[in-house]
Amino acid sequence: MTERHQHEQGVPHRHPLRPDQDDTLTYWRAMEIALRELLIEKRLTSADEVRREVEAMDNRSPVDGARVVARAWTDPQYQQLLLMDANAACEALGLERGLYKLIVVENTDQVHNVVVCTLCSCYPRFLLGLPPDWYKSRNYRSRMVNSPREVLREFGTVVPDDVVVRVHDSNADMRYLVLPRRPAGTDDWSEEQLAELVTRDAMIGVTFAAEP
Amino acid sequence: MSNYRGVHDIGGVPAGEVVPSEHDYALWEKRVDAMMVLLSKKGLMTVDELRRNIESLGADAYDEMSYYERWVYAIAQTLIQRGVISIDELGRRISAVQARSDDGT
Repeated sequence: MTERHQHEQGVPHRHPLRPDQDDTLTYWRAMEIALRELLIEKRLTSADEVRREVEAMDNRSPVDGARVVARAWTDPQYQQLLLMDANAACEALGLERGLYKLIVVENTDQVHNVVVCTLCSCYPRFLLGLPPDWYKSRNYRSRMVNSPREVLREFGTVVPDDVVVRVHDSNADMRYLVLPRRPAGTDDWSEEQLAELVTRDAMIGVTFAAEP
Repeated sequence: MSNYRGVHDIGGVPAGEVVPSEHDYALWEKRVDAMMVLLSKKGLMTVDELRRNIESLGADAYDEMSYYERWVYAIAQTLIQRGVISIDELGRRISAVQARSDDGT
């Protein structure tokens, strides 16, 4: 498209450059801007503070959770701490302690754990970042508690019949993280290599850790 | 039984197949999230206030609004309930924001 051109009978003009992001100003987006401006004017926050908080959230990702899991796989003492006091275990790795209680549940050859928040979207954000949309969806929240094996199959995860499936319903004050089973054939792997096998979905419990 | 449930209380309610949907959060959504985190840190809002205001949405609004639309609504409600901002000044500011956007600025 030419930058300056003329429509039928119109005056020559430039179209605004098309932005990369769809920033259509919906009512709710206008409300976000309005609230932010009012809070800044009242000196309850600042533009800089908001920006830093967004950056902090951008920097949280399942990589942090994977570090915790890989350490637990390679260090039995650390695993014990993680299962007893997960917040302290995060702190021990130099990660955020988290603002709420974290409980880590261990997958074994007899139990497979999976996490949901039926009431909303509670999630160990300080170890995994923001939750995926499906985690917050009506279908996941409704069905994980009464048809977990079916929902797991929708994720391609088949848990053998003789393995108990345990569903953990999170809430605002208490979050869960699944400690997946360490894949076979990784005996001589380093902690860093192991961390690569630990996916977000494995720590939610809807899949297993990746195979080497 | 389901009549006694809150609109958000959907554990065990019949529903469809899980669609493995994801999206990259837009900046405005991250800013809503950041606002909630900052207000909590400053003692200006609790997660329970966020929840109460989301959970008191009507069933239609709850389903029609996106996740962070519900959040921004609940943050605004809380700040009004606490007297941090007035409903009037928020309304006027939203109009001003919309007017600016109509100008193309």
